[in-house]
Amino acid sequence: DLVVTRADRKVDLTSHIVRVLTSLKVENSGPEAVSQFLLAFPNVQAKNLAAIRAFGTEEKVKGPSMVLPIEVVQPSGVPPELTFFSASLSKPLEKGKTLHLDVLTVFTHSVQPFPEEITQAESQLVVYQDSAQYLSPYPVKVQTLSIRLPGGRVESYTKYPNTKLAESELKYGPYEDLPPFSYSPMVVHYENNNPFAVAKEVIREIEISHWGNVQITEHYNIAHGGAKLKGEFSRIDYQSRPYIRGVSSFRHLIARLPPRAHSIYYRDEIGNISTSHLWSDSKKTQLEVEPRFPLFGGWQTTFTIGYGLPLQDFVFNSDGKRFLNITFGSPVEEILIEKLIVKVVLPEGSKDIDISVPFPTKQEQEVKYSHLDISGRPVVVLEKLDVIPEHNLYFQVYYRFNNISLLREPMMLITGFFLLFMACIVYMRTDMSISKNSPSYLAKVQWDEVQSIIQQIQAIFNQCLAAHDKLETSLHELSRSGDVKSCKVARKTADAQFKELAKELKPLLTSLQSSSQSYQIWPKVEELVAKERELQDKLMTRHSTVVDSFEKKLRGQDVENRIAAQQQKVAALRQEVESLLEYISEI
Amino acid sequence: MAEPESSTAAAGGSRLRNACGGVLCAFTLLLIGVLAFSIRLFSVIKYESVIHEFDPYFNFRVTQFLSKNGIYEFWNWFDDRTWYPLGRVIGGTVYPGLTLTAGTIWWLLNSLNIPLSVETVCVFTAPIFSANASWATYLLTKEAKGTGAGLMAAAILAMVPSYISRSVAGSYDNEAVAIFALIFTFYLYVKTLNTGSLFYATLNALSYFYMVCSWGGYTFIINLIPIHVLLCIVTGRYSSRLYIAYAPLVILGTLLAALVPVVGFNAVMTSEHFASFLVFIILHVVALVYYIKGLLTPRLFKVAMTLVITVGLAVCFAVIAILIALVASSPTKGWSGRSLSLLDPTYASKYIPIIASVSEHQPPTWPSYFMDINVLAFLIPAGIISCFLPLSDASSFVVLYLVTAVYFSGVMVRLMLVLAPAACILSGIALSEAFDVLTRSVKYQLSKLFDDSPAASGDSSAESSSASTVSTNSAKNETRPEKTETAPKEKPSKKNRKKEKEVAESVPVKPKKEKKLLVLPMEASVLGILLLIVLGGFYVVHCVWAAAEAYSAPSIVLTSRSRDGLHVFDDFREAYAWLSHNTDVDDKVASWWDYGYQTTAMANRTVIVDNNTWNNTHIATVGTAMSSPEKAAWEIFNSLDVKYVLVVFGGLVGYPSDDINKFLWMVRIGGGVFPHIKEPDYLRDGNYRVDAQGTPTMLNCLMYKLCYYRFVETDGKGFDRVRGYEIGKKHFKLTHFEEVFTTHHWMVRIYKLKPQKNRVRGKLKKLKSGSKASSTNAAGRKKNPWQ
Repeated sequence: DLVVTRADRKVDLTSHIVRVLTSLKVENSGPEAVSQFLLAFPNVQAKNLAAIRAFGTEEKVKGPSMVLPIEVVQPSGVPPELTFFSASLSKPLEKGKTLHLDVLTVFTHSVQPFPEEITQAESQLVVYQDSAQYLSPYPVKVQTLSIRLPGGRVESYTKYPNTKLAESELKYGPYEDLPPFSYSPMVVHYENNNPFAVAKEVIREIEISHWGNVQITEHYNIAHGGAKLKGEFSRIDYQSRPYIRGVSSFRHLIARLPPRAHSIYYRDEIGNISTSHLWSDSKKTQLEVEPRFPLFGGWQTTFTIGYGLPLQDFVFNSDGKRFLNITFGSPVEEILIEKLIVKVVLPEGSKDIDISVPFPTKQEQEVKYSHLDISGRPVVVLEKLDVIPEHNLYFQVYYRFNNISLLREPMMLITGFFLLFMACIVYMRTDMSISKNSPSYLAKVQWDEVQSIIQQIQAIFNQCLAAHDKLETSLHELSRSGDVKSCKVARKTADAQFKELAKELKPLLTSLQSSSQSYQIWPKVEELVAKERELQDKLMTRHSTVVDSFEKKLRGQDVENRIAAQQQKVAALRQEVESLLEYISEI
Repeated sequence: MAEPESSTAAAGGSRLRNACGGVLCAFTLLLIGVLAFSIRLFSVIKYESVIHEFDPYFNFRVTQFLSKNGIYEFWNWFDDRTWYPLGRVIGGTVYPGLTLTAGTIWWLLNSLNIPLSVETVCVFTAPIFSANASWATYLLTKEAKGTGAGLMAAAILAMVPSYISRSVAGSYDNEAVAIFALIFTFYLYVKTLNTGSLFYATLNALSYFYMVCSWGGYTFIINLIPIHVLLCIVTGRYSSRLYIAYAPLVILGTLLAALVPVVGFNAVMTSEHFASFLVFIILHVVALVYYIKGLLTPRLFKVAMTLVITVGLAVCFAVIAILIALVASSPTKGWSGRSLSLLDPTYASKYIPIIASVSEHQPPTWPSYFMDINVLAFLIPAGIISCFLPLSDASSFVVLYLVTAVYFSGVMVRLMLVLAPAACILSGIALSEAFDVLTRSVKYQLSKLFDDSPAASGDSSAESSSASTVSTNSAKNETRPEKTETAPKEKPSKKNRKKEKEVAESVPVKPKKEKKLLVLPMEASVLGILLLIVLGGFYVVHCVWAAAEAYSAPSIVLTSRSRDGLHVFDDFREAYAWLSHNTDVDDKVASWWDYGYQTTAMANRTVIVDNNTWNNTHIATVGTAMSSPEKAAWEIFNSLDVKYVLVVFGGLVGYPSDDINKFLWMVRIGGGVFPHIKEPDYLRDGNYRVDAQGTPTMLNCLMYKLCYYRFVETDGKGFDRVRGYEIGKKHFKLTHFEEVFTTHHWMVRIYKLKPQKNRVRGKLKKLKSGSKASSTNAAGRKKNPWQ
């Protein structure tokens, strides 16, 4: 019993996604209150329907409008070529009352290229079919239809009475008092060179890291959905007159990313694509991506966009639960996605996952292993066909996550390295040889002993040499100051030191001699000991001669003469001792 | 450092010093590794993380296959995407070392759940292995000349331009891992020689196996080591250690090498390996002689000697005669073409144009030596001299390595890579010795200054004497094989610590103890140190420049700097991406062989020929097609099922290594198999040109037409920026090909073969020109090998 008193339809044909906004004024002329309103579409159109939304406003046009829930219904006694949607009104419409209803419907694949194949130089002509009259199960009193065209050539359009083409707008109507289900097909054939960007498949992966980042990676497989290119592609034509020769192609797409997006990259499977531009301000980040080559009809390409977003902008807390609140669709403008897969990768250890999406999607869960995971990260997979920019609505994923789990991976690394170093230390400190009495092992042990003994011996000899030096210095002192007494004291202490050192040396020498590994080094050590003793004696004698001659107050010349031979011998011996020491230490 | 008061404290102090030195040495090595890795990242920073050039793309593709399908599938992989219609058995014709290495790294990371892509792993394999190579250099030089020289050599190798050129990030080629394997094998050989340990001998064989897996250059090892063994025998340095170092290597190494499919029976069949077997026999004879000498009295020995020599000589002659007969019976005398061109540098250009056509197979010029090893060229002689003071087994090996490497590098530019490590080792030795002498002199002079003051108290003299002994040690830090035999050096840190300490710590030393050492005047030695540092500075600057500017370009992305900023030429990938997305999966693409690997890897399309130039006839076919007129070329390509033809053209932007510049090689290689292609037809008075002076054959061949199709329309004159003149034939139409894609800067042009004409029209044409058609037909048949 409803009557549509006025129906204004506006069809937007500027892009390849067709948006129809129908403003209806509905009056209940029957006796009973009505709680739902039926919308009818031919099956051909309903097949391509990507989104439908209805907003109702009661009485006054300017009142608050509300979104009405819509569902597919199959009323009895209607033609099977039609598909019906029913919008449930928020409250039943009383008799005599009117209601303003705005219905937005979005169709994909409704604009068909004709001809289907064009050359590079031709521009793309497309055909759109619809009804000039509003198809409705209710009688319509007054109606108009206006179609916005992208501008440019209009090849032809169906002419009815009251049809008017002005600039880029085609108008039908007003028509008055039409019965229910009136339908008069209309066709418009016009030029449309706007990019027909169709993504065969988009995989959008949203990975949450509670270290402060939401990483988004989008894989696109994009094709030009318009008329296919026929014949040659000539670069010279394209470059010299790009807007004439190659007008149907498109070279770039624009993606509107959220503000504060960072680390943006744009690449494909063979590397970075260098043709992209980025602008950003506080409201948005705009990324212009240019595929590797201009896309002509039927050509396709793949690429990947990735960017990071600050965590606090998209993940919130509510009642002990966290939730991700982010848009569903792709950020690329005016793109039709035939199949969109959104994967939300939650951090490892997330529990109690809930999803709330404003439209029906296919939902699944899987597990992804990444960056040192043990149990894997839960992944929510949402799949939806025919996604258009109107689907860029926020959706929510609720989950529970404990911050302690954040520390798991660093702790794992720390433990790993700790164990590695521990293993190294243990390996260095322990004796790993299998057989404790194999000849080579025993030899090694003995060799170690010999080495330590030799080191001790070396130290002793070094001390001896130091004592020698002290004697020498005392002589120098003597020649300077003539203090015989202190010189004698020095000799005495040196003598005592020599004795002590000899005592120390003895056990070392015996143990060295007994060791079987020292056969090579022993003669040298023996020689060293002998030489050193000789050197000691010589030094002592020289010392005493010098002191004696001093006491006797001999002339310096004489003293020189007396000790010259000794001096030489001492020097030679000293050198020999040193070279022996060196030789030993080299072993 | 604690002043050692008593004998036990002294021992503890020296142990502490050793430990400190060890840690310092390890830390230095770690830093050298980081340096080697990071200096190779310029390509990633300046360009992107991408595989470079040609061969790396093939290796990358193989690695992808390996990581996807597993090792067994990899061995059995028959690749039908290349050499259409012949295909290629990848598993049996590829050196698998690099691929398996990167595959293993990838697998290891992924099993730890570190999700790196195969590409990332491949890109960074080369820098990782150059860090390994510098550590291996440290080990090898340490065996020869001690720790100080080792560290120096490692630091030099970490940034030697010659090696950087093959191992920047993204240069995913066999050489990247092979140089590490080469040095490490040499290290293990020298280590075995110094220790006589069978453990190291086994490791040596395994390392040799890895080298065989990685690179065809393994023949260098299997010839150099026998030469060194022979040298040792001749100079009377035979010892049981030599036997242990060599015999297991030959036996185990050959067995292991034969396991690698690409080598297989070549490990015993080809002449490159004969030297090793011959020396193996000689070594045994010598070993027997030494053994008998030990058993018998000198008089008996003399008798036995004559007996053995007569019998031995007879046997030797017989064997040699058989060998010569065998070798002479094979056409190439048992040598493969590349090896022959090593021995006779003119061989390749005379007989194998396909080898000669590769620029890296040309002999190098002098500037390329300076470019690639820079100041090392001047330090090498000093290194050789210090290797002779005194000569040990290890240092003689290093010298021998250098001498042979210098020869080979003179034959082929590519083998500069083998020279680089030798140059680094010797320069490291030279620098380290020079620093040693100079710092010692400085220290001596300083201590003399200190000595004048009364500070030289008795207490410090204990310390000073020990310090001086150590310093005299380091002055003579040579390996004496007699001693190292029983005493494997367990204290590498000592000398190293010396080197680090010397400048900082100037302990008052008694001058008289240094008398016998070579001492230079203070000023001279300080000046010398400064000059050496400046020299090192120059080297570092040059290396960084080379790494950043000369060798980091990935060659698939080109950049040029103009007044309005950086301009990127990404045409190759543009074309490959177009091919990959907009042609049928099974379409065949014909191009010159240079682009074969890239096309299969990036565009995933079947190619006719690629960079693995195993079938000369096939390449000649493509060369013939490119140098034929359009119709004949169309017939050849059509018979090969080719759908697209790809040419690289640099005339618009001035990219010099394009197909027109390579065209003469196509003519030569094509003419080598199909004699109707004659090089003089393409040359005007011996000059190769494509301007108005060009011959009609040249201006009508397919390559010319595909490159210059509609080129004249760009500027109205057809000015070729590479050749620097206007092209000869400007306006022409293609009859059998159509342009399907040209990249932004025209660097890659892709043409499609037009479908065959209707049969009826063809018949009519034939009827029209009866006799003429039959003759061209016959010619066509002759030209086309696939009909």
